Formats: sequence, C-alpha cells, structure tokens
Amino acid sequence: MTELPVNAVAPRRPGRMVAGAAAGLVLIWLAYTITVNENLHWDVVVEYLFDGRVLGGLGVTIALTLLSMVLGVALGVLAAVMQLSDSPVLRGAAGLYTWFFRGTPLLVQLIFWFNIGLVFPVIGVGIPFGGPMFVEWQANTLVTPFVAAALGLTINEGAYMAEIVRAGIRSVDPGQREAAEALGMSHRQILRRVVLPQAMRVIIPPTGNQFVSMLKTTSMVSVIAGAELLTVAQRIYLGNFEVIALLIVASMWYLVLTSVASVGQHFLEKRFARGERS
Amino acid sequence: MVRIQSVRKRYGSLEVLKGVSLDVPEGGVVCVVGPSGSGKSTLLRCVNRLETIDSGRIWVDGRLIGFREHGDRLHLLRPDELCEQRQKIGMVFQRFHLFPHMTALQNVMEGPRTVLRASRAAAARQAGELLERVGLADRAHHYPAQLSGGQQQRVAIARSLAMNPKVMLFDEPTSALDPELVQEVLAVMRDLAASGMTMIVVTHEMGFAREAGDHLVFIDDGVIVEEGPPREVLSRPRHERTRAFLGQVL
Repeated sequence: MTELPVNAVAPRRPGRMVAGAAAGLVLIWLAYTITVNENLHWDVVVEYLFDGRVLGGLGVTIALTLLSMVLGVALGVLAAVMQLSDSPVLRGAAGLYTWFFRGTPLLVQLIFWFNIGLVFPVIGVGIPFGGPMFVEWQANTLVTPFVAAALGLTINEGAYMAEIVRAGIRSVDPGQREAAEALGMSHRQILRRVVLPQAMRVIIPPTGNQFVSMLKTTSMVSVIAGAELLTVAQRIYLGNFEVIALLIVASMWYLVLTSVASVGQHFLEKRFARGERS
Repeated sequence: MVRIQSVRKRYGSLEVLKGVSLDVPEGGVVCVVGPSGSGKSTLLRCVNRLETIDSGRIWVDGRLIGFREHGDRLHLLRPDELCEQRQKIGMVFQRFHLFPHMTALQNVMEGPRTVLRASRAAAARQAGELLERVGLADRAHHYPAQLSGGQQQRVAIARSLAMNPKVMLFDEPTSALDPELVQEVLAVMRDLAASGMTMIVVTHEMGFAREAGDHLVFIDDGVIVEEGPPREVLSRPRHERTRAFLGQVL
C-alpha cells in the first residue's frame, strides 16, 4: 500500500499575529517601567523581604490559614451532615448558621469577634440560663487579636464549607447509599466508607480554592491588628514611609504561598480521582 | 424462607402494591415479571426494607422485617437492628451500584470488613474465591470503570454473596446490559440457583424464568394477576392481561 503522508501548510492567521505582538509590547513596556521607575525602591524590597518581623508575620498568616481551614472544614462537614439530616431542628440550626455567616461581611464579623467583650464581658463555663459559673475569664484578656481572627475566619469558613460539602454529598448517586444499606452498613459507616470518599472528588477542588483564598483573606485581620503579614508590613511602612516597597514584599510572599498551595491542590485532586476512567 | 403477606405500599395518592402475598420456600427461585410500573421492583425493595410498607407483614427466615411485635402493637426497629436484618438479605441492582473508588476485590471485601469486622486476610481470601466463582479472578484489581457492564454485575453479585445471605434479591439484573453481556450474568445466576440459594428475581428474561425458576409471578397494577410453574404460565397463560404482556415480550 502507498503511504500518503499529511504535510499540510497551516493557514495564515493575521488577527492572532497582531494581538500577540500587542500583548508582547505591553509586557515589554511593563518590565521596562518596573525596572527604571525609581519610586519602587527595589533595594528596600530586598532589604525587608527576609526581615525578621516580616517572616514572623508570614508565620502568623500560615498559622491562621491552617487553623481556620482545618477547623472550618470540620465545622462545614458537621453543618452539611446536619443540613442533610431528617431532623427539622438540626436542619434549621445548620441553615440558620450558613444563612447568617454567608450573608454578613467577614470584615464586620472580625470586628464583632474582636469586640465580643462589649456583649459578653465575662466568658466562662457553667450552667446556662443564670446558673453558677465554674471557670470564668475576662473577655478582653481571652480574646486576643489572634483568637478573634481565628474565631472569625473559622466560623465564616465553616459556613462556606458547609455548602461545598453538602453539594459534594448530594452529588453521590443515591444508588450508592442503597447498595451500602443492602450490605447492612450503618449510616455512619456509609458516610465514612462510601459517600464521603466519592464526595471528595467534588469537594476537593473548591476546597483548594477556599484555601488559596483564605491565605489572602487573612489580610483582612489587619483591621484588628492581627500581627499577620499585612499588619506587619503596615507597621513597618508607618515608620519608614516605604508604603509601596512593603506592599510589594507582602505581595511576593502571598504569591509564594498561593503558588505552593496550588501545586498541593493539583496533587490532591489527582489522588482523589482514583477509579475514574482516564 | 421469605413470606410476604398482604403487603400494601403507596406513594402519596398512588398505591403501587395493593395487597401482595407470596411465599418463597428455602432454595426456591421465584421470578417476578410484569410491565414497568407494575410494582415488582417496589415489592423487592420492601423485602430488605429499602422501602417501608403501609400494611401487611414480611418475614425472612422467620423474622418479621422492619418491626418487632410487642403485645398487640408493632414497634419500628432501631437503625442498628435494621442493619442486622439486611445483612442476611443480598440485593443486586439494575445499575450495579458498585463502589467506584474501590477495586473489584475491595468491593467484595467491603461488607465483611466493615459490617462483620472480618480480618483483612480472611476477607481478601473469601473475596478472591467469590470472584473466581463469578469468573473474574483476573479482574480483582480493576476499578468498576475498567470493567464491562456484565463484569460489573458479576462483581456486584459476588459483593452480595460475601455477606453469606439467606436470600438473594435481583432487581432487573440484566436490564442495563448490552445484549451480548446478558448471558454471562444469567449463567452466574443459574449456578447460584443450582447451588440451592433462595432467590427472588425481577426480570424480563423469560428464558431464565423458564429454565431456572421454580415459580413465576405475573404482577400488574400492584396485584398478582397470575402465578404458577414458569413453563405453564409462559405457555398457557390463563389471564387475559398475562397473555397481552407475554405477547409483547416474547
């Protein structure tokens, strides 16, 4: 049989060439301005990039993100399971929670938690409805900016995670649950062994996005002086007036964090795609 | 082995089972046929209580399904008691419902491991034997998505058998299969019937009903219209509705 190799000539695409040239020019101009503009103070950026205070703020940002995400996911799973329960009281409580915390701005919530002492000056463990207290603390000493930040971010994150987890659980074919029931598995076993592992495929990608988003959202904590990256940068530029340089320092670290998180997200997604036809 | 007495079931205003009674002796193979929407799948799902019944009684292996009799009142069983009853009732679904995140072997091991708390080694050995029995020993480490429909259904049968059920329920086990894959599943079911398993099979496979079934039940509009030995009912249906239905499917 004779071979008939395909060696075709590609059509010219003038539109694409013009657009490409334009985008290239913009990039070159951008690189040029950034390097020659003396107002950017790159030497200051380099000086502060690994400054002890900046690295400390970076640590707080990472700690806040990890803590709020882990607790937020746990809270979200709990709220999602409650929303899918047969009990109207549990459903109602979980619904009220997500409605309230998704419906009010995080900034407002953070300021509220920081000022919780105005509502409950004393916080303690005891018998509710006016009974005696066993242990108690002054709200102002207990609720530090870090505690208020972790509390606010966690509770807000839990409300969003509840919706993500719920969507994940509902994406699992009801037949899966029936097949597991027919084997004699209990509700808890079905959730843990059959439903959640499959829901993960739907839950992981948006959770990764939430994590990346949380890394940046922690900067909101600067309104209550949370000692995280942006707060630290602000404190430094209030002293030396290097506003832009320190914003660049903070941004560079945020970019590092989000890039690392995105890579991690990629591998997690691959791990939970098990059993899918590739 | 299975005793169904005057079972009624309604969804809202629609009554799908209007007083159905059926006895399946130990080792008996009962095939249930009927037009879609006749209530035959619902009847099957009532036996392992995937559906609740509105009136009537169902016993499997002498135990009342779903309730406890206490004096002259019935009490609903607790969830853990229901789980225990279901362990002895295997079910095979039209659309297999294998767990997609587990291999064939892991699917078969899941019941013994999670419900019966069997050791990994014991569960794996038993699962291997069962996969061999349904002719899939070489597919043990494949995920469901890598198996054909017929293979998936055979794994699903092995998964049910792993719980050592007293009775097996088949809900249209070959209806979702390509025609050339039907026979491999029916062959496994024939072997199972020959081994003495008590089976209730909702099916459109009249050939299987004729050869492997001891008893044929024709359900239409929520009632048993006609029943008897399969060959007799299939060749000489007495009732007009049975004749009309068989005329369409044969």
